[in-house]
Amino acid sequence: MIITTSKPFEEVLKELEGQDKVFIVGCGSCATTCETGGEPQVAEMKAKLEAEGKTVTGTVVYEEVCHELNTKRKFRENKEAVEAADGFLVMCCGAGCQSVREATEKEVHPACDTVFLGNILRQGQFVEKCSLCGDCVLEDFGAICPVTRCHKGILNGPCGGTDEGKCETDKEKDCGWTLIYNQLEKLGKLDRFKRIYGLKNWQASMKPGRVIFERKGEGGE
Amino acid sequence: MTLLFDKHAKPSIQEVMESGKFLITGEIGPPKGTDIDEMIHHIDLLKDKVHAMNITDNQSSVMRYPSLGTALIILERGGEPNLQVTCRDRNRLAIEADLLFAYTRGVRSVLCLTGDSVPVGDHKEAKGVFDCESVQLLQIIRNMEEGRDSGGNELQGGVKFYKGAIVTPEADPIEPQMLKFEKKIEAGAQWFQTQAVYDMDNFKRFMERARKINDKVKICAGLVLLTSMGAIRYMNANVPGVFVPDNLVKEMADAPKGEALNTGIRIMARQIRQCIDEKLCDGVHIMAIGKEDVVPKILEEAGVDITKM
Repeated sequence: MIITTSKPFEEVLKELEGQDKVFIVGCGSCATTCETGGEPQVAEMKAKLEAEGKTVTGTVVYEEVCHELNTKRKFRENKEAVEAADGFLVMCCGAGCQSVREATEKEVHPACDTVFLGNILRQGQFVEKCSLCGDCVLEDFGAICPVTRCHKGILNGPCGGTDEGKCETDKEKDCGWTLIYNQLEKLGKLDRFKRIYGLKNWQASMKPGRVIFERKGEGGE
Repeated sequence: MTLLFDKHAKPSIQEVMESGKFLITGEIGPPKGTDIDEMIHHIDLLKDKVHAMNITDNQSSVMRYPSLGTALIILERGGEPNLQVTCRDRNRLAIEADLLFAYTRGVRSVLCLTGDSVPVGDHKEAKGVFDCESVQLLQIIRNMEEGRDSGGNELQGGVKFYKGAIVTPEADPIEPQMLKFEKKIEAGAQWFQTQAVYDMDNFKRFMERARKINDKVKICAGLVLLTSMGAIRYMNANVPGVFVPDNLVKEMADAPKGEALNTGIRIMARQIRQCIDEKLCDGVHIMAIGKEDVVPKILEEAGVDITKM
């Protein structure tokens, strides 16, 4: 789940300066769960923009705005409203926003900040447990990621800032290394904790990431 | 190989340690800016009173005059530097390059730290690097001593440092901290300075644990000068891994008006004496944090003169 938060409405208005006719895109996947770009938030945004004197030429909410072919298809289906717009307001993650950018030559504006890949604790509560490093180390650490759950992302044990099992940056956050220690102890695998972990390959998923799977039946190059 | 420094004025930390002497180190906190007069005054004041001086590296994630530059100033003034290197602000390339430079300019001792987190400091929006951390930094140096950088490439001339590390006796929980202590030794740490200790009974328990893990590695107690009740309240509430026990809080609170600093001096002198007399550890590291002027007085009250040790 990609976690997003809504930008302040004043910021959104500033983005839309000079763009009188706006088409709004919401996402039926992550942004719906985050309540930043689902049907209700898109309807609310439409009303607020209209109250500011904008014309909303149309709105659309569909699954996976990040799917670029889907997005192009949705834009064809809403051709009239899309063509009438000066620009697009995208209420989902940065990937979705750039997917919209691929579907139009007009200006595209983000309504959200994309904050992390998150786990859902309960409605409206999300935490980050994976940072997409491209070189998974979970096997070595009792399936608790030090790269993500330790603020410093260090790999050989806690820093000196652990306090009652909490992080020096925020007393509300668990020290990831205390969690790892407790888990490995429970599993009887503290030998893994004792093993020196060498320098990590931070280029395992080199930016910008790109994965092309070979499709079955089509053969290689 | 040409090394760009004159003969060292002082014995190295390693030489002091290996001669069996009790090591006394002080600390220089570089200024925020180019006005280095006070720092030089502190260096001159301490260089003959302590065996060596740590130089903090953007301490508490606050940007300051650099530790490496200060280490060179200490050498120029005839003192002995203990260069603190953190992994917060530099990636492995930058650290290795700095270490090559440090070695050619006469730095002989490096204290390897991970570094505080960025948001505790004064550049809260900066990107924390942490490409490596303290254990890996120790390994990097060991590799460089064997003539290779961390990319596995051969160096034209390696380095040689007395490799130091830190350990936090007051960490909670302590068990993972002790395992990391063990890993640091395995990665090449030859000596340790502890984070601040105040509770000497807790420090004794820590030393028993540490000695069970390794009875050869040198350990120096880190002592922070208590200056006022305000400072104590701040430290107990805000500084991770620091805990000033009730008896010392009471002693400071009972100090007559204007006598808080002198009381702090007396407490530290007593702690130094205890470390020496009870053979608790191999040395002490004095952190006066802005009150470097009183370090000679602390040593005098403790009856410590490094020229007569």
